[in-house]
Formats: sequence, structure tokens, C-alpha cells
Amino acid sequence: MAWTRKILRVDLNNGTCKSEPLNMEWAQQYLGQRGLATKYFISEVDPKVDPLSPDNKLIMTTGPLTGTPASTGGRYSVITKGALTGAIACSNSGGYFGAELKFAGWDMIIFEGKSAKPVYLAIENDKAELKDAAHLWGKTVWQTEEIIKKSHQDPQTRVCSIGRAGENGVMYACIVNDLHRAAGRSGVGTVMGSKNLKAVAVRGTQGVSIMKDAKAFMSAATAAKKVLAENAVTGQGLPTYGTQVLMNVINEMGALPTRNHRDSQFEDARKISAEAMIEKRPSDGKSHLVTNAACFGCTIACGRISRIDETHFSVVNKPEYWGASGGLEYEAAWALGAANGVGDLEALQYANLICNEDGFDPISFGATVGAAMELYELGILTEKIIGMEAPFGSAKALCDLAQMTARGEGFGKELGLGSARLCEKYGKPELSMGVKKQEFPAYDSRGIQGMGLAYATSNRGACHLRGYTVASEVLGIPVKTDPLVTEGKADLVKAFQDATAVFDSAGVCIFTTFAWTLADLQPQLAAACEGDWTMEKLAAMGERIWNMERQFNNAAGFTAKDDDLPPRLKTEPVKTGPAKGLVSGIDKMLPEYYQARGWDANGVPSKETLKRLGL
Amino acid sequence: MTAVQVTLKLFATLQDYLPLEAKKTNALALELEAGTTVQQVIERFGLPQKLCHLVLIDGAFIPPAARATRALQAGETLAIWPPIAGG
Ligand code: SF4
Repeated sequence: MAWTRKILRVDLNNGTCKSEPLNMEWAQQYLGQRGLATKYFISEVDPKVDPLSPDNKLIMTTGPLTGTPASTGGRYSVITKGALTGAIACSNSGGYFGAELKFAGWDMIIFEGKSAKPVYLAIENDKAELKDAAHLWGKTVWQTEEIIKKSHQDPQTRVCSIGRAGENGVMYACIVNDLHRAAGRSGVGTVMGSKNLKAVAVRGTQGVSIMKDAKAFMSAATAAKKVLAENAVTGQGLPTYGTQVLMNVINEMGALPTRNHRDSQFEDARKISAEAMIEKRPSDGKSHLVTNAACFGCTIACGRISRIDETHFSVVNKPEYWGASGGLEYEAAWALGAANGVGDLEALQYANLICNEDGFDPISFGATVGAAMELYELGILTEKIIGMEAPFGSAKALCDLAQMTARGEGFGKELGLGSARLCEKYGKPELSMGVKKQEFPAYDSRGIQGMGLAYATSNRGACHLRGYTVASEVLGIPVKTDPLVTEGKADLVKAFQDATAVFDSAGVCIFTTFAWTLADLQPQLAAACEGDWTMEKLAAMGERIWNMERQFNNAAGFTAKDDDLPPRLKTEPVKTGPAKGLVSGIDKMLPEYYQARGWDANGVPSKETLKRLGL
Repeated sequence: MTAVQVTLKLFATLQDYLPLEAKKTNALALELEAGTTVQQVIERFGLPQKLCHLVLIDGAFIPPAARATRALQAGETLAIWPPIAGG
């Protein structure tokens, strides 16, 4: 029983914190983290709730392996109804916060209501109280963490917080922990801000020694770590080059969305790639990349720590940004770079720092800038409206707009709406590149067909982390499939989605799946968790979680019409590269997918499917 | 024998096998005898087989079994990566 069996319920209306027992029957069906917290969420919240109303709840949750010696066992997730999407949101983060929450003795925290004034939650083991956060409101994530650590006089306190973006209603605000790790997508930070909840500070000293069979667990965890170490991707590729190494791969394949998906190859891709990050800069003879970094308990260590060029225009008079800090990861580098045609690595790092500092999602932000730049090129947005020239490729505009969005100034307020609302406002809804109002990540659905289906059907809006078929279609993990065809993709997407739901409910990082399969995770769970955790049970659970999330979205008002891609991807063929001439085959794949899932033509799970899954 | 002009691109750890100047772009212009296969290029540059994981010609995947028979055509780009991943 790797659960602490305790939930902290925080009523922000009344300012109370209450401990309650974890529902162990549900834990047997939904394991933890994404699955279990979503079960709580949908049992307690009306699917039609306005995401920013006090009736929406926000859950911070660990998995049974969080805080244990399992590799990458430091993950935690935030579950809520997303501000950006209006769909179920589940944003997962690494760093150290999740493990500390577990060490303090809590499986999850459920926040309900809304505080009348800014507060933060302070947890020290069993003790939890809401404290005044008037002095923190208006502060950045980085300032907030520093102030809290100082006032608690404990540098080992772990903090997650919103920055000014979450306070200002940026629709894709994140919750950042440990300075540069984030529950990043769907606007979970916006919901936190709407509750006047600035931060959670946690200190735990209890450890996680509550294993069903500690000896069996240690041997399973050790065996699984060996698999990661011996695998060329998780043992060498990710620690050495990080996720950023994909930039040139995806560009060569002609699937790197460029300039708001007008193009699929970026002429400056190499300049913003992992290879460029290790080159010595002419200005100071130093490389951008300083070192790699790991989250709690991680033996992969894919994280990037970089130092910006002090002579770059964005920071030349801002020494506060000169130190080593997190970034760039592939998704951020793509969204801030290729998506709006900017090939200036230092500008991307600056914008990324601002996203971390003030807590907003660099994917949605970068892609929204891309949409704004297209509206500018079309003459719909003007220099007067934006406050500057903003053609594709302008590094200056990117940096200034990042700052304005963080502070809620001028046109930054409009960028904070996200691309769907922005494009709608200016009469061009079709130019928003996303699904369910959430912007696409870094893979073009026309050049990697399975990803189009994964985006269209992702329960939290366009997302690569709900079914990463890139692993198969590009990297050959577990087997190579052809990225240019639609055949077989319905089953592939379903398999990835269901397996991912299990990993996301366990407390480990999805990057383990470059080396692990469910067969590597299962022995760890079986030894750690009370109950009978067979492969079959886990596989069924993944599918159950997916269908449970789908039911919430259907009840929230989403229909099959929302499982769609923007017209550009269905009608404008790729111009260059191996996918030249192709559009997305989403209309062919979607019915096949519904069938594979046991859903009707409207995307509604059939009675038999629900019964089979125990829903 | 006629010659064909092609481009070789090596990425990540494989870029160490490129001449210094070519590392700046990860690309090297090559003149090959017509009929030269992917495998022959891999051998000519001394690239360790197990590091030649992802092999693309003009962005299209070349399965390991085809490397010994797939000859490079004029104007093509051969790009090779070691085992890598991202997210
Ligand atoms: S693989 Fe990367 S993101 Fe995942 S836990 Fe390790 S360092 Fe963190």
C-alpha cells in the first residue's frame, strides 16, 4: 500500500483544512494520480460548471509510486476542469514537489470554493493551514518561492505556485513548482488563480515506507532502473541531448509545424536545436547548455539547464536573467521558435524564462503568438493594435509579447486569451491551430498522421502526452509504423492512450515508456500496492480511465464535432518534404477509432463498453 | 562510373564523425560513385552500426534491412541519428 490513505480537503470559502480517508475501493479501480483524482473530481463536480467559478474544484494528486525509490517517482498531477478548454484537465509535473507532498503524508489535496482574499496553503506533515498571501499577490513564481522559503526558514520546503499570469487570467496559466517544472497545460493555473490561491508550500519528513512487500519492491525497482540504464534512449540519448534533439528529426521529416502551420519545415530549425545548444557562442565562447538535470528519483535526467547570452538584446540590461535556469525543452523551443518563425535561440530562452517566471504555458503562448503573427501578416492585426510590428520571425516581438503577457499589459491581455479566443475575436477562428481550444504541440498532423488522431481525441484538448504515437511513427518504439498513412492508426492511438493513462496514474514519468512497457511497471506496482495488480487489471484500468474522462467531456457538452482538426490541416497540403501533398486523414481515422473504442458514431461509449469497463 | 552529388547529415553524438567545418551545419556535401549504398556511406565514415538508429533519406525512413541495397540518388540527403527521443 504505497498510498498514504489520506486526503487533505481544503475549503477555501471557510478557510478550513480537513483530513479524510482515501477511498480504497476507488484506489483499486483507479490506482492513483490521474485516474483516482479524476474519479474524485467527476464524482464531486458538475460537468457543466464554469471552470472559473468557485464550484469548480482543483485537485493536486500524487501516485502510489510518488516519493518511492521507483525511477522517476516524483510526479504529481493537477486535475480540474480546464480554463482554456472547458474539458477535463490533467497536468503532470516533475521536480520535487510531488514527492514532498507524499512525504508529508498526503495522497492528494482537494481544493474547493474560493477564498475571499489571496491565501496560500502551508503543509508541514499532518499540519495544514491557509495563510494570508497578500504579500505574495503580484509576485512572480520565482519571488513567491523565495519569500515563502525565507519566511518558513526552511530551504527544503517545496513550493508550487502561480505567477502573475495565473492572477491576471491568462487562460493557459500553469502551476510551477521547483522554479521551472510545471503542471503546464489547459489553464490549471488560471483555475488556481480564480480561487485566490497563490501557492502551496509543503514540507514532509515521513518518507514513504508503506510498501506491500518492501523487498519485492526494491528488487522490481532496481530491475526496472537497469532497463532504463541499458536502453540507448533513456540511458544515453535523453540525458545527453534532452528532448530538444527532436528538432532536426521532425524538421527533416517535414512534420515541424512552422509559422502557424503554414509550412512544415523551418529553415532555421538547426539554429534552435539541441545541436545548437551545445555549440560555443561567438559572443562569450560559452555554450547555451550548462548541464542536464533530473527530477526527484529520476535516473534518466532529461532536463536542460541553460545560461542565456548576457549580450543578447532581451537581457542585456537585466542581470537577473543571467544565471543558469531551466530550458529549452523541445516543445517550448518549437512553440516559441518554429511556430512563429523565430530562429534566435537566445530569444526563445528569454521567452521561456518569462513563461517559467510568471507561470504560463510556452506551448499555448508560442502558438498564440504564431496565430497573432499570421493575423498581422494578413493585415487584420495592425502595429497599432499590437503596439509593435509583429511579422513572422520577429524575435523582438516574441520577447516583448512574452513580457506583456506575463504582466497583463496592452496586447498581452489579448494573447492571454489563447489562440482560439483571439482568432475568434478577430473573425478568423479557422486560424487557431488547436483542438478543444488548446494549441497543438510540435508535430504536424499531416506528416505524422497518428498524431492528428491523438490530438483530435485527446481528452484535454490537443496534446502529445495523451497518446505519443511519435514514439512508433518516428522513433520506432516499440515498433516502427509509417507516419504518412492512416491505416492501423486508430488501434495504435488507442493503445498509446490507454497505456499512458496507467503510467500517469502510477506516479512515474511518461518518458520511462521509451524503455519500459507495462510489463516493467507492473511488478513495481504489484509489490508496492495492496491488491492484485495484474497486467490485465492495469490494461483494463487504462481504458477505464480514458472512458471516464470521455464521459465527463460528453456531459460537459463536447460532441464528435469537437474531435476535429482545423481546416488548414484537412485542406492545405504539406508543401515540402516527404509528406508533400498530404493532408490529415482525420475523417477516415476517426470512425475507425470510435469503433476500436466501442463508441457509437457520435463518440459516446456504448452501454456494453461501459459495462465491460465497470463504469 | 558517373558520380552523384548528395548531402550527408549526422546529428547528436554522430556529428563527431563530421569534419570540423561541417559540424556547424551538421551537413556535408559528398560526391559518391553512382550506386553507393547507405551502408557503404555508414562504413566509409566509420559510424558504429549501433549508433545508426534512425536513418532517413530526404526525410523518409530507411529500414535497417534496406540499408545495404538502397543506393543514393543525385541530390538526395542522407540523415542519421543515434537512438534518441523527445516529448
Ligand atoms: S525523464 Fe525528464 S521529465 Fe521525466 S522525471 Fe526524469 S528528468 Fe523529469
